[in-house]
Amino acid sequence: MIIVDTANHIAALAAKMAKPHVIAAYPITPQTTIVERLAEYVEKGELNAEYIRVESEHSAMAACIAAAATGARTFTATSSHGLLLMHEMLHWAGLARLPVVMVNVNRAIGPGWNIWSDLNDSLAQRDTGWIQFYASSNQEVFDSVIQAYKIAENEEILLPAMVSYDGFILSHTSMPVEVPEQSKIDEFLPDFKPGWILDVENPITHGNIVPPEPYMEIRYSMQKAMEKAKKVIEEIGEEYGKKFGREYGLVEEYRCEDADYVIVAMAAMAAEAKVAVDELRQKGEKVGLLKLRTFRPFPHERLKHDKMIVIDRDICPGLGGIVYNEIKGNGSEIYGFIAGLGGVDVSYKDIERMYELAKEGKEGWYPTEVK
Amino acid sequence: MLKEIIFYGRGGQGAVTAANLIASAALKSGNKGVQAFPFFGAERRGAPVKAFARISDEEIFVRSQIKEPDIVVILDTGIMDAIDVTQGLKEDGIILMNTNRKPEEISLPYKVATVDATSIAIKNEILVGGIPVVNTPMTGALVRILDGIKLEALKEAMVERFGKNADKNAKAAEEAYKAVII
Repeated sequence: MIIVDTANHIAALAAKMAKPHVIAAYPITPQTTIVERLAEYVEKGELNAEYIRVESEHSAMAACIAAAATGARTFTATSSHGLLLMHEMLHWAGLARLPVVMVNVNRAIGPGWNIWSDLNDSLAQRDTGWIQFYASSNQEVFDSVIQAYKIAENEEILLPAMVSYDGFILSHTSMPVEVPEQSKIDEFLPDFKPGWILDVENPITHGNIVPPEPYMEIRYSMQKAMEKAKKVIEEIGEEYGKKFGREYGLVEEYRCEDADYVIVAMAAMAAEAKVAVDELRQKGEKVGLLKLRTFRPFPHERLKHDKMIVIDRDICPGLGGIVYNEIKGNGSEIYGFIAGLGGVDVSYKDIERMYELAKEGKEGWYPTEVK
Repeated sequence: MLKEIIFYGRGGQGAVTAANLIASAALKSGNKGVQAFPFFGAERRGAPVKAFARISDEEIFVRSQIKEPDIVVILDTGIMDAIDVTQGLKEDGIILMNTNRKPEEISLPYKVATVDATSIAIKNEILVGGIPVVNTPMTGALVRILDGIKLEALKEAMVERFGKNADKNAKAAEEAYKAVII
């Protein structure tokens, strides 16, 4: 069935169809309509889950961690300052290897107070051990939430996963989404089978003090799981494609075959860049797009081309574009642009302009300081 | 072919709902690409608001704001004193206005269509707090102007959205569809 709805309502629907046992949530713009919709599902009896209204995002993640440690499938959603308040607990979920799934609706960080999109909130969580997906359409939001559970709960991975998308640009925009039958989702996504659980009948201790050497082993095994996740994300994305007709992976290549330049973009900007590539191709320019879907694990090996143009809707003060700096040093000739912070509108015409500037050897803050 | 529409109204008149109804009706009429979105910001009852819709026979990848619309729909002509509704409108664009005046009585350098949606809303008792809500009759008029959206599809979209309240809205939409002067 194809429905037309906002990415937030679609995220809530996907979460519902994944049948979480526990939802812990605290409202924040522009995420709020996700957890409101989930509360309605629970209230109407359409979703049999424990819905915990917590007093902060830090507590929301703490509740998800505790529930996941008892073997429950969990969900929460947040944005911006809510995600930043969770930061400590994000590390906890990662190191405890608990497959919590969360949606983050990207919103700029204040002050100055701003409710619009940029990716700094989630990119700043890069070291927490969470798998990170970025969606460019409402369909991809649905598909990624379902896949996120299967990837996170994979016995070789067991890491939390975050699906992020732009506030308002997707969160409050209605688009068509094909929603599969519940029975098909159930076939694709079996029950969570944890390797261990906290159980009062069979007490164990978890997360206690760990001496230096075993601690390093914990970190090592987490890194190995992240590396393995690259393969698992591709495999599960392919399996999803076979079942539902839409295949996913770490990176989506668009018209890259004979391209002199490739544009690298994430989230909504990557969809807009597709239009720019089509327009430029019509003018005879050999340009393609690498849409970065998975920021963690970071697919270095897939992000190589002779000449690359990286557009960052984010900034690491004192360093520059976050994605640009992740890619830099791979042997490619790279031009970086910072654009669209705090929800500044970036159209395909702007992206075409960035391409033209890069061809002249220029880069920088678009459009105010390019040299 | 991509069509871009901006709805101008006041908070509470249902401009965002109108955009969503048009998007749903367009999909039901066989258009693969549809979008509906509010102005990205805080809105309040009575203040001027904008909503947007895109319709295409192909999947839509554009995510940026609509700056050069093909059609502007004005739910409340009172806002025209404060806002230039023709801003960015394409040369061959159309302005659809809720007014009891005829297009030839309106001096704008664009093609103008008019419909008295307020009277249609009152007649069909589409009122919130005693104030007529003109969004559904305006969608009926808009379907007449747009190629490729069926009135029946708009009615179906209303049933999905309003449930048992759909009837009077569908009736108002049909009346406006017939009454719009192009």
